[in-house]
Amino acid sequence: MWDLVLEDRRINSLRLVAPMWNGRIRGIHRLGGAVAPEGNQKKKRTILQFLTNYFYDVEALRDYLLQREMYKVHEKNRSYTWLEKQHGPYGAGAFFILKQGGAVKFRDKEWIRPDKYGHFSQEFWNFCEVPVEAVDASDCDINYEGLDNLLRLKELQSLSLQRCSHVDDWCLSRLYPLADSLQELSLAGCPRVSERGLACLHHLQNLRRLDISDLPAVSNPGLTQILVEEMLPNCEVVGVDWAEGLKSGPEEQPQDTASPVPA
Amino acid sequence: MIRRVLPHGMGRGLLTRRPGTRRGGFSLGKVEDHKRVLWFWVVPNLRLCVLQDPKPWPTLAGQWVGLGKGEYLAVVDAPPLDLRFNPSGYLLLASEKDAAAMESNVKVQRQEGAKVSLMSPDQLRNKFPWINTEGVALASYGMEDEGWFDPWCLLQGLRRKVQSLGVLFCQGEVTRFVSSSQRMLTTDDKAVVLKRIHEVHVKMDRSLEYQPVECAIVINAAGAWSAQIAALAGIGEGPPGTLQGTKLPVEPRKRYVYVWHCPQGPGLETPLVADTSGAYFRREGLGSNYLGGRSPTEQEEPDPANLEVDHDFFQDKVWPHLALRVPAFETLKVQSAWAGYYDYNTFDQNGVVGPHPLVVNMYFATGFSGHGLQQAPGVGRAVAEMVLKGRFQTIDLSPFLFTRFYLGEKIQENNII
Repeated sequence: MWDLVLEDRRINSLRLVAPMWNGRIRGIHRLGGAVAPEGNQKKKRTILQFLTNYFYDVEALRDYLLQREMYKVHEKNRSYTWLEKQHGPYGAGAFFILKQGGAVKFRDKEWIRPDKYGHFSQEFWNFCEVPVEAVDASDCDINYEGLDNLLRLKELQSLSLQRCSHVDDWCLSRLYPLADSLQELSLAGCPRVSERGLACLHHLQNLRRLDISDLPAVSNPGLTQILVEEMLPNCEVVGVDWAEGLKSGPEEQPQDTASPVPA
Repeated sequence: MIRRVLPHGMGRGLLTRRPGTRRGGFSLGKVEDHKRVLWFWVVPNLRLCVLQDPKPWPTLAGQWVGLGKGEYLAVVDAPPLDLRFNPSGYLLLASEKDAAAMESNVKVQRQEGAKVSLMSPDQLRNKFPWINTEGVALASYGMEDEGWFDPWCLLQGLRRKVQSLGVLFCQGEVTRFVSSSQRMLTTDDKAVVLKRIHEVHVKMDRSLEYQPVECAIVINAAGAWSAQIAALAGIGEGPPGTLQGTKLPVEPRKRYVYVWHCPQGPGLETPLVADTSGAYFRREGLGSNYLGGRSPTEQEEPDPANLEVDHDFFQDKVWPHLALRVPAFETLKVQSAWAGYYDYNTFDQNGVVGPHPLVVNMYFATGFSGHGLQQAPGVGRAVAEMVLKGRFQTIDLSPFLFTRFYLGEKIQENNII
């Protein structure tokens, strides 16, 4: 999770934190705003590290802030068992996704999305016996525990977990209960998913479309794509060109077979 | 470094003693583990002592998951812990005679929350077409949160977290314990001599120099060499058949691991397959490399004096079983091999946890016979509770105390691979 702090690529997660910290302690935990220039951030990082290495109280404060961050994600992903008892699994799952900032589509209904302030229409409570067909959880903070709520949606056909920073190999191993219905899965841009997690997608035999583009933790994207295609023969695996990383140039072409051997 | 050792006896953090971390074992041994085993291997032997109160405590699963995902081990300014966990699961195959035992084991696992599925030979062929199901009556397959990971990463993660909490590490070889004895009377008015260790002499590597370290508590987690450490403390010096004469029955046993390349072998979804014959294998990486081995029988036990690899063992005792189970393995090429030690408990192949009855400040955490890694977090917690509170809290590991060697109460571990 610390790659979120030390590398400022995840601008969307910085957006979550900046409004809270603008008051007093901005910059100690999250490195400034998204618009600070690169050089400034590097300097801030080394000053922070210097302070942490030499002062116990700075280290303790940063440790406390780190634990608080983790606790906030944990809170967001708690299991809505009481909601499930009242409104059924589809309602509870849909509420969880909408609260996280994702979008939900019930069968034969339109997509329900929260607006930029996080508000969403509450009318879905009226038809929560209708199964949820598609979930778009892109850029959400779903983690291993939060998948409990998602796995309740037994007739889910399409799941998009693009750019979810807390989805990792452990989470992928939990997806097998959706094997009967899931047809489309997208993991593009998840920084923690590696080829080890992709190996447990073989349970999803009904999958027809899998998007594994832009996975920075996968060590060899081209080879992984080939192996995943072999593992899921009925599925269209999208994302990586298998020839990526292979060099092809005139100096590499075999020359003895092309031209006849001079006598 | 020597000076930093001095306040250690009074400082926080437990001082674990082992004669140098360089001699074989651990990270060179089987580079895999599986998560459900924390229930499976430990719990079937704890049938008498189920979790005492079912409060909403992070379950054993939750703890392993928290550990594995690095939440418990998160350190400021360091990258998140990556255990390189492969959640591909374990596939254990059972013949006719072992099928009943496997069913009861799976029942206990499911009670503790493990997601394990039992498969018939037909289902097995459907799921994994590369397997030959001859001789297989039943198979158990872990569906979720089960697989193998890199123990070296876990070790480094633990060290890093523990160093950030203030523990000091030093390396050396324990050569002597300085202890004091006290004669006391038991409730039946029998005289017993209780020992207390006051100082540990730690010898520096490649030198005659040693550092006496004053300590309050000594924890024997020396793995395959725990018996030597215990002998230094005087455990086992006495007439045989008495508590004083009961030695720690842990000895090093050499095990081989072989890496081979097989281009037509099983695909990416391959779990760790443990055959009915005891041979096991798993995939390693993306490039059609596989890793595996087999435990030798008692008669075939290799000499643990060195870590030389016996390649004939693979040819004669491992390869035939692998080729029978997976026909694609009939053509393979061994790339490399290594050997490591199990801290083998000759009594019942299960771990020893807890204090010694006579040497009052020596605690054991050893003898796991190949399951040390998977039981390590639970055992670490149990020993910490024992040291801090004087009793086990989370899981009651009292069947694993040292006294069972004297009383002859075995908790046999049958599933050593």
